[in-house]
Amino acid sequence: MSTTDAEATTSQPNDTTDDLTSLRHSRRRFGDKVFKGISSGSGTLILVILAAVATFLVGLSIPALTADAEDLQYGEFWSYALPFAFGTVWAATLAMVFAVPVAIGIALFISHYAPRRLAQGLGYIIDLLAAVPSVVFGLWGINTLAPMMRPLYVWLADNFGELPVLGWFFTGPVSGTGRTILTAALVLAVMVLPIITAISREVFLQTPRLHEEASLALGATRWEMIRQAVLPFGTPGIVSACMLGLGRALGETMAIAMVLSPAAVIHFELLTSSNPNTIAGNIALAFPEAFGLGINQLIATGLVLFIITLAVNMTARWVLSRRKEFSGAN
Amino acid sequence: MSVTTSSSLPSEALTAGQLPKHTAIAMLVVAVAITAGVLALFGAAGPASVIVVGALLFLVAMFALSGAVEGIRKAKDRMARYVVTGFFIIALFPLVSLIWQTIAKGLERMDAQFFSYSMRNVIGEGGGAVHAIWGTLIVTGIAGLISVPIGLFTAIYLVEYSGRGRLAAAIRFFVDVMTGIPSIVAGLFAYTLFSFVFGPGTNSGFAGAIALSVLMIPTVVRSVEEMLRLVPNELREASYALGVPKWRTIAKVVLPTALAGIVTGVVLSVARVIGETAPLLVTAGITSSLNVNPFADPMATLPVFVYYQYITPGVPQDPFYARAWAGALTLILIVMGLNAIGRLIAWKFAPKTGR
Amino acid sequence: MSKRIELKDLNIFYGKFHAVKSVNMTIEPRAVTAFIGSSGCGKSTVLRSINRMHEVIDGAYVEGQVLLDGVDLYDKAVDPVRVRRHIGMVFQRPNPFPTMSIRENILAGVRLNNTKISRSEADELVEQSLRGANLWNEVKDRLDRPGSGLSGGQQQRLCIARAIAVSPDVLLMDEPCSALDPISTLAIEDLIKELKETYTVVIVTHNMQQAARVSDSTAFFNLKAHGQPGELIEYGPTEKIFHNPDQKATEDYITGRFG
Repeated sequence: MSTTDAEATTSQPNDTTDDLTSLRHSRRRFGDKVFKGISSGSGTLILVILAAVATFLVGLSIPALTADAEDLQYGEFWSYALPFAFGTVWAATLAMVFAVPVAIGIALFISHYAPRRLAQGLGYIIDLLAAVPSVVFGLWGINTLAPMMRPLYVWLADNFGELPVLGWFFTGPVSGTGRTILTAALVLAVMVLPIITAISREVFLQTPRLHEEASLALGATRWEMIRQAVLPFGTPGIVSACMLGLGRALGETMAIAMVLSPAAVIHFELLTSSNPNTIAGNIALAFPEAFGLGINQLIATGLVLFIITLAVNMTARWVLSRRKEFSGAN
Repeated sequence: MSVTTSSSLPSEALTAGQLPKHTAIAMLVVAVAITAGVLALFGAAGPASVIVVGALLFLVAMFALSGAVEGIRKAKDRMARYVVTGFFIIALFPLVSLIWQTIAKGLERMDAQFFSYSMRNVIGEGGGAVHAIWGTLIVTGIAGLISVPIGLFTAIYLVEYSGRGRLAAAIRFFVDVMTGIPSIVAGLFAYTLFSFVFGPGTNSGFAGAIALSVLMIPTVVRSVEEMLRLVPNELREASYALGVPKWRTIAKVVLPTALAGIVTGVVLSVARVIGETAPLLVTAGITSSLNVNPFADPMATLPVFVYYQYITPGVPQDPFYARAWAGALTLILIVMGLNAIGRLIAWKFAPKTGR
Repeated sequence: MSKRIELKDLNIFYGKFHAVKSVNMTIEPRAVTAFIGSSGCGKSTVLRSINRMHEVIDGAYVEGQVLLDGVDLYDKAVDPVRVRRHIGMVFQRPNPFPTMSIRENILAGVRLNNTKISRSEADELVEQSLRGANLWNEVKDRLDRPGSGLSGGQQQRLCIARAIAVSPDVLLMDEPCSALDPISTLAIEDLIKELKETYTVVIVTHNMQQAARVSDSTAFFNLKAHGQPGELIEYGPTEKIFHNPDQKATEDYITGRFG
């Protein structure tokens, strides 16, 4: 639309063209220029902010990576960061294992099972979960969920703790408080649930009505129709929704910092009181006491986290954009 | 698919291939009752275990019954329906439990003192969060003042000016990138920025506001962009055809038409950042006194207040926990209130195009 | 008020796509000129190039001249925004501003340009414009209600009133009745016949009966083939175009043996 402005920028009042051109003319163009300038300036400012974020994170991470290990508050960087990177991925993966099936189920419930008139209201109820501040999830995790889950953890450890393979996950001794990585992952799962649900729901609702009716007309049950028409259509959308949820789970700080009783370990035990911390959780816990190069080390772990989440989010956007190309919608 | 098999239940004297309407509910009651009875015999009947085992028993029994009477396809269909409904109910549990807990434990200290005292010189009971509430309002307010104009004008640029330009593509891409920045990383950025400018270890409300702005800008851009795109092009053309310059068309026709949606988007994005804890932990910090100057000294905010009250309680612990829950309840009320306001605006002022 | 429009060797482009090829015609004042032709033949594009609305689309531009009483509208010194104040436009679908009342819609052209206008002048302008659009009697008691609450035909007349409130010389109408029922269409057609007393009226229509009913002159546009630019095939008095056209293509189109 910008050609309008481009074509008549250098215009002078011209006597021969009577009142079609006038002095007011240039003043008007001035208003347009200011407005366009502010708009494109704001957009550019966003790029500047992001460049600043990247510059500061990278710039302040470098000392942590180049300094001698004995000068560093937390010792050699990679051996310090690795357990947290592992914990971040592990906790987020567990959260996704719980959240994805439930979220897709809820999205289907709202889009295809609940009565039409209730559907929107039920959607709002799930969206309410997204409105709860993370610090409140943290409180709930410690206070309600952890003690509530503990009997189950004891039962799991008693019955599966000695078995091969399953024993890696369910070995004892069970944490006395229930504040294990499994509890933290459950809290994370609840937190990402509304994100995945909201996007999946939108995608399911966009299923072409013709596909659905074609399937039903062939005598399919509702579930068969969903498997034939809705899920294939929605798969890229679900993938992308899950990636966005994963990005959120990777970066979530407070629920982990509050619920988890942390240690710097790498193992898959779900029920013990020695749990791998996450990058975000560790920053929140360690930052108040960090000094000197220790701060740089924490910032460097933050950079690692940023890169992980960036990769996940970009993948999600890519999948979603491919879907747009294929579906031909919009 | 015979109708006369399975003699255990009274409900099978039916027309072919159909279970009566209320079979499922009856079956659910029966399954839970049986489970409760059996578990009680073993002395293991807690409410959680009865519900979980009862639900599983219900699924198995319904599958068998429906499979026998209605056929396997119908039985699968029923399973899908029950599982999906069950998932929805499962998701309600944390929501209800969390809100119930917060209300139950938060009400104890939702008193006048909580909203009129800070934590200055408080070591045990009493005290309040007035400093943290002020801090939250100031920090979020500044974040809004920074983010809304930037986000609004960026969206205007993307929708009204850019077309398919390269700058617009770059902005869209990096707004996406920005959406994915973990909140703690935004906090680290603001912290390092301010350390760089004012020296290490600087905490201030303004640093917190910068951190929140980094999180808020992309959501504002996204929601405003979406709203501007909903404004029919016909209205822009009508305005141009009246000889109205482009910027006045945007200011007087496009923005007013999209206003309700824009306000809703802004309110919802404020609601999103007002509960952020992690970035404020490393930027605004914590203090026990009221500080209304965002440019110097740490500033307490409600989420950080809740965190520290709970994580570092004094002795005795109970007054600290009570303050934490009261803070959490206040926070939830603020966030839900903002959400309600946002949706109300969207609903009440939905564009009346009359077509 | 009413002014003559001349199109001289007008070529219209959307980016690389050549939409309309060398149109030459003179549109007389105080008359209704109808553009007819099949879909995609460029008649709306020509119409939109007359008030420089064409160029609000990204990448669209024009070569050649459009003269309004001898003044070239595409002269470098001419401000497209001011051109549009002299040449009003009514669109296919009625598009009153949804945030404004009926009264505010009429005053939009004046107010949006920040022109100061007294209360009594505004009242007079509103009444005059609505009377000009045959709408005054229907809406005079509810001027402060939203314009979007009117029926489709009333909305379209409101849009006409809005366009004439800025006292243009020319009124362009892009299929103004295509979204309306027959009774509303009739009301608009009656209005068009009155409007030509004051304005140069150019109307694009798909409806040949409508062109025959309201217009004094008719221009027939057509494509040689798909992907080719549209061209002005024949232009003359409506009577002649409909009963004794020179071109075979025109006759085929008029008699319905085409497209």
